[in-house]
Amino acid sequence: MRKFLLLFVVLITGLLFTSRLFYLQVYDTSAQISSDNNAIKKKFDYPQRGFIFDRNGKLLVSNQPSYDVMVIPKNVEPLDTLEFCKLLKITKSDFDEILRKARIYSPRLPSVVVPQFTKEEYAYLSEKMHKYKGFYIQKRALRNYRVNHSANVFGYIAEVNNQIIKKNPYYQMGDLIGKAGVEQEYEEILRGTKGINYIQTDRFNRVIGPYKEGIYDTLPENGKDITLTIDERLQKYGEELLVNKRGGIVAIEPATGEILALITASNYDPGLLVGRERSKNFTKLWYDTISRPLFDRVLQGEYPPGSPFKTLTALIGLQEGVIDAKEQISCHGGYHYGGKKPLGCHHHKSPLSMVGGIANSCNAYFCTVYRRTIEKFPSPQEGIDNWRKHLESFGLGNYMGYDLPAGKKGLIPTSNFYNRWYQYPKYKWYATATISNAIGQGEVLLTPMQMVNFTAAIANRGWYYKPHILKNIKGIDTIDSKYTKRYNTTIDSKHFEPIVEGMYDVYNKGTASYIRIPGIEICGKTGTAENFTKIDGKRVQLTDHSIFVAFAPKDNPKIAIAVFVENGYWGSRWAGRIAGLMIEKYLKGEISRKDMEEYVLNGSLEEEYAKPYSGETFNINN
Amino acid sequence: MLGSRNPIKLDWITIFIYIALVSIGWVNIYSASFNEASTSFFDFSQIYTKQLIWISLSIVLIIFILAIESRFYERFSSLIYLVSLLSLLGLFVLGKNVNGATSWYFLGGFSIQPSEFAKAATALALAKYVSDIQTNMNEFNHQIKALIIIILPALFIIPQPDPGSALVYVALIFPLYREGLHFIYLLLGFIVAALFVFTLAFGVAWISVGIILIAVLIYFINRKRNKRTNVFKYSFIAIACIGFSFSVNYIFENILEQRHRDRFNLVLGKQVDNANIGYNTNQSEIAIGSGGWTGKGWLQGTQTMGKFVPEQDTDYIFSTVGEEWGFLGSMLVVILFLALIIRLLILAERQKSQYSRIYGYSVASILFIHFFINIGMVTGLLPTIGIPLPFFSYGGSGLWGFTILLFIFIRFDATNYVNR
Repeated sequence: MRKFLLLFVVLITGLLFTSRLFYLQVYDTSAQISSDNNAIKKKFDYPQRGFIFDRNGKLLVSNQPSYDVMVIPKNVEPLDTLEFCKLLKITKSDFDEILRKARIYSPRLPSVVVPQFTKEEYAYLSEKMHKYKGFYIQKRALRNYRVNHSANVFGYIAEVNNQIIKKNPYYQMGDLIGKAGVEQEYEEILRGTKGINYIQTDRFNRVIGPYKEGIYDTLPENGKDITLTIDERLQKYGEELLVNKRGGIVAIEPATGEILALITASNYDPGLLVGRERSKNFTKLWYDTISRPLFDRVLQGEYPPGSPFKTLTALIGLQEGVIDAKEQISCHGGYHYGGKKPLGCHHHKSPLSMVGGIANSCNAYFCTVYRRTIEKFPSPQEGIDNWRKHLESFGLGNYMGYDLPAGKKGLIPTSNFYNRWYQYPKYKWYATATISNAIGQGEVLLTPMQMVNFTAAIANRGWYYKPHILKNIKGIDTIDSKYTKRYNTTIDSKHFEPIVEGMYDVYNKGTASYIRIPGIEICGKTGTAENFTKIDGKRVQLTDHSIFVAFAPKDNPKIAIAVFVENGYWGSRWAGRIAGLMIEKYLKGEISRKDMEEYVLNGSLEEEYAKPYSGETFNINN
Repeated sequence: MLGSRNPIKLDWITIFIYIALVSIGWVNIYSASFNEASTSFFDFSQIYTKQLIWISLSIVLIIFILAIESRFYERFSSLIYLVSLLSLLGLFVLGKNVNGATSWYFLGGFSIQPSEFAKAATALALAKYVSDIQTNMNEFNHQIKALIIIILPALFIIPQPDPGSALVYVALIFPLYREGLHFIYLLLGFIVAALFVFTLAFGVAWISVGIILIAVLIYFINRKRNKRTNVFKYSFIAIACIGFSFSVNYIFENILEQRHRDRFNLVLGKQVDNANIGYNTNQSEIAIGSGGWTGKGWLQGTQTMGKFVPEQDTDYIFSTVGEEWGFLGSMLVVILFLALIIRLLILAERQKSQYSRIYGYSVASILFIHFFINIGMVTGLLPTIGIPLPFFSYGGSGLWGFTILLFIFIRFDATNYVNR
């Protein structure tokens, strides 16, 4: 017994160590991860973000270097804090707070002390940095906006947040990602792919060398340059025209669906969202809930389309065969139905055929056509759904599928919509209950983008391409096939001529004849849409929206445009003038009607916009 | 002495294991102290080069040890022990402080750590005393004297402070038991250790309840067999145990330093390691654990190359083995140690003289406790106790100390073999 005790203890120990080692090395694999976290650091090589050009090759967005002062708290040695703070242009208490937070985040990992110094500041800083151990300067690339407009088109880039990192493992803390606009839509093309270098470090986080001689390393792949369909001159001019107004302008090339200009007002200089003032500026824009500069009115604004919608009412009527273009319909100061108050009309000659109806925007004419269209079917439900089917073929009532990340569906009501509204079958409803749809008031809502799309379809006499903003990616010659596919409307092309004639007359004899542009055959349609707001819970009517859709020239149209000016009253007063100026600018490059240009450039609607906030009673439509 | 005419027969199995351990040890020291900056293999500022010199000099040392007659060691055991004690005492006057411990003499560019040599000296003295024909391990008087031989060097080492090296002397209870010390002492030692750990783990109150329950249980079991069992005996033992438990608690809370308390609490799982007190052990476990089955390969260990494990070339050298050679490499080292200790036990048992048997047992015990505490600490089973892994850890004194300890016994065995 005495001989074997130690032997026994030794063998037990052997067994104990064997099982412990088996547990640590073979069974429990967590140490592998901890060991990699310890010793292998990923260093990212950031690629150059792609440039953005306009359709004529003008550079709109490039990059600029920016320099962040970083700190690794563990390596900081005593320093002349006052001098350093002066260099960084921050106060000592700010500096202490930044350093404290950096230490809490990690003593070993770098944190930003002061971000985004300019190249000039960097030159000065870099000479002095060696004095401050633990601090260093890291270069990053920021956007450099070569123009001060088109912020809604570009969008912006910002640091990724935790949700994005969780959803997409490509992104790390501190990475930049496109938000809104083409920066978001074409993020993956613009950003490229970052390279990863696996670096082996020691316990002090010092680099020993590449891990496994760099066999796992990847090279960065630069972002690709993109060319937009935007015409920079037109875009710039449009923004100038909308100064002191709120609304949107959108122009497309009918033959291709390329977006020539996409302007929203109020807007902002894209340069505001770059550099050290970025977050301050962004907060200011974000909280401006009155003029809403971050709200793209062309893509996200849903408005009653007003009179331009009458062209669609007429087209559907012709396609359904409920009216002949030559048939004359009389107007007695409005449309009378069901013994109620008539739907009013302004003063014009009567009776009118289709061309005259459009030129004079006669409400009675289109209410008649609309009612016939609906009542052609045994039930109003079938009638409405058939009507909607035609409108859908123009890209209305749903997302349009253009290549920008913001959008609204608009509203083209279905039979179900009205069934719910009127509690069918408890109560019945008829075509007349929806009669306002005929003239683009009622329940119908469109975004300006949808308005320009149906205008382009009219300009093309029955078909359109989906609007899109990407013309070309450098190195890739094709764009998404859905933008090269022709979409046909449900209306036969022969039915378009009277509509185009009517729109031509609008400009030459009708509601917009006083804003004619000499030498260009413009077809257009004015619109004036009633709108309401709530003040202290009470529904209050505001000055009508000024709307205008147009295309030119009449044959082989080169441009289709929709203009929308909030509370601008008559369609021709603001929107019509702006549409004319834009068309001339695009087709001729210069403006012949200086009087009109002056009127728009100097005009302001700020007084109008202040009315609901004044707290006093106010007059509208003056 | 020198040039003895007697032919000697060496135990080549032990020598082979020794060579294997020293070689594998050096390969791992090379990795643990590797740095890219040094291009020359013969750079004398490098730890691995220094260790290579110590190893080469060990060969000279071994030849010297083997050349000396066994009788010399036996005759001068007491003198060697005395010189060793003096060298430990001398540290208080001439010692050099390295990393907070005054364990070193500084002699013309070399440091010498006398506590590494004191182990062999103590083993010699203990063997000498216990093998004396007049010594009887069942006499209290003699037990005390043997205990003093063991405890004196430990007492001198503790205040250096180097509690780890002092703890090694506990191992010498094994040879004493082999030579007739009553089992009750080992049992007592075991109970003391168990009470210590359990008190820290579960608290005095629970331990007291447990002791009383066990005492009552044993009392009634014994009463069934023997009607005259004395209730006072059980009460006394129970009260003594509870008293001990209380004193452990007192010592732990009031006498030990916070860092010691932390180490125990971490191993017992009572404390979450927020302040990174267990950094060493934690990093060591990560390094070993990341080795997997076959390891990352020599000089490929990310933890070793990044020097994440502190003192990796000395006390934590085994973590290098674990990381770069994996489970298989670690097991090879563990098996080599087990084989060495078991071989020594076999050799000890076949000694004819009691003196060399006791010495052999002491060598096996000392190597075992180093192995047990070191690997236990590095794999996170024991609290952090600074103690080298024999033949592996970097350090001239350590390597020489263990080499002397081992080869004196090989010399004894060689003599024994010839005489048989």
